[in-house]
Amino acid sequence: MSVMVYIPTPFRRLAGNQVYVSAEGSNVGEVLDDLGSRYPALRHMIFDESDEVPGHINIYVNNQEINSLQGKQTPLSDGDEIAVIPAIAGGQVLTEEQVLRYSRHIIMPQVGPLGQRKLMAAKVLIIGAGGLGSPSALYLALAGVGTIGIADFDVVDLSNLQRQVLHHNDDVGRPKTESARDTLLSYNPDVNVVIHDAPLTSENAMEIIPQYDIVINGADNFTTRYLVNDACFFAGKPLVDGSILLFDGQATVFIPGNGCYRCLFPAPPPPGLVPNCAEAGVLGALTGVIGSIQAIEALKLILQIGDSLSSRLLLFDALSMEFRIVKLRRDPKCPLCGDDPTVHELIDYVEFCGAPFPSHDGS
Amino acid sequence: MTVEVKVTANLQKMVGGKRSVQAEGASVRELLDDLDSRYPGFKSQIVTDGQIHRFVNIYLNDEDIRFLDKLDTPLKEGDTLSILPALAGGSGLP
Repeated sequence: MSVMVYIPTPFRRLAGNQVYVSAEGSNVGEVLDDLGSRYPALRHMIFDESDEVPGHINIYVNNQEINSLQGKQTPLSDGDEIAVIPAIAGGQVLTEEQVLRYSRHIIMPQVGPLGQRKLMAAKVLIIGAGGLGSPSALYLALAGVGTIGIADFDVVDLSNLQRQVLHHNDDVGRPKTESARDTLLSYNPDVNVVIHDAPLTSENAMEIIPQYDIVINGADNFTTRYLVNDACFFAGKPLVDGSILLFDGQATVFIPGNGCYRCLFPAPPPPGLVPNCAEAGVLGALTGVIGSIQAIEALKLILQIGDSLSSRLLLFDALSMEFRIVKLRRDPKCPLCGDDPTVHELIDYVEFCGAPFPSHDGS
Repeated sequence: MTVEVKVTANLQKMVGGKRSVQAEGASVRELLDDLDSRYPGFKSQIVTDGQIHRFVNIYLNDEDIRFLDKLDTPLKEGDTLSILPALAGGSGLP
C-alpha cells in the first residue's frame, strides 16, 4: 500500500525538501515506520524514545486525526493521504488583523486557524503574470499565501489589459513582475511577493522551482510548459496546470509519480500548427475561470482538503458552458515518469519543441 | 453507428466552426475516415502514417483511447468522442 505523506514546513528539510513523500504500509504505524527508515532525521521528530508519536505531533489520515480513528492501527487504502502536523509553539500566531482579514476562511472547519497558518507558511510559484497567472496570483494573495513567486520577463502591453487583471492602464510599458507585485501588495500587504524577472531556462529552473512548495503554470508556449513539467517532476513539486485558447480551457494537477504533462501530451505540436492566443484570440473572462480553478487547486493542496484534479483533466467549453472531466493516467512509457525513464535531467527544450523560448514570455 | 464528436479549439475550423458533429463508424479509425470524407483534410490534423499525433488526444467518453485500442477502439451507439489538441495558451503574446 503506497500512500502520500504531507510534510509540514518545519520538517521539510529532513525529508529532502519535499512537500509530499510516498511511504508504504497497511496501517498508520507501518507507514510512520517506513517514513522513519527512509528519512532517519525525520524519525527523531516523529517518534520519542519509546517509539511512540510524541504528544505535540498530530497525525491525520485524510484530514481526520488518528486518535479519533484507530490510532496507529488505523488501516490505510491506496491513495490515502497522511499529514504529520506539529504544534507550532511560539511560532506564527495570527494577529487580530489577520483573524479579521481571513475570517471568512477561518470560520470554515476545512480551513480554521491551522489551515490559515498553512496558507501563510506556503510558497507558491506562478509561471507567467498573464491571463492565467493574474487571477491565480490574486486569489492566493487575498487568501494570505505567505510567499508568492512571479516568474515573467515581459512588459505590460495595451493588448494584455483585455484579460490580465494584475495590470492597470498606467502599467503599460512596465515589467509585468513589478506591476504584478504592486497590485498584489495593494490588495494584501501581508504577503511576500518574490520576483523572478528573467526567462525560465534549463539553467535556472532547478534553482528557482525547489524554493517553492507548489507551482502554477500559466505559460503561453510549449517550450516553457515542458521545461516546467520536467523541473517540477525532478524537484518533486506539485504542478497546477492550466491552458486556454479561444473559448476552451483545460486544467489539471500533476503530482510527481501520478502522471505528468508528457503523459498527457507526449510531444509538442510542430511550431505554428496550434495557434497561440495572439494568433487565434481568447475570451478574457475565460482566463478568470481557469486561473481561479488553478488557485483553488493550489489552496486545496496547501490545506490538504478535497480531491485534487490529479489524474483528471478538466475541460471547459465557454460557448456551450459545459465542464467535462476525462481521465489522465501516468503513462508507463513516459520518458520522464514512466517505468523505464530516459529523461534524467533537464534537456534542451528549444530543440525538443523546435521553437525558441519566446522573446516575450507573453503569458 | 452514430457517435457525437466534440471538437476543441483550433480543430473547429476544420468542421465549419462547429463544436460538435455527428459521425459514423464502428471504430475510431472508421469514424475519422467518415469525417475526412465530409471535411477533407480533417484526418491529417490528427493522424499521420496511421499514428495519432502525440500532441492530440482522443477520448472515448472519459477514457484516452491510447489506453484502449487506439485507432481500433470500437464504438457503440451513443458514445461521445472528444478530440483535444494540446493548448499552450496562458494568455497570449502581445
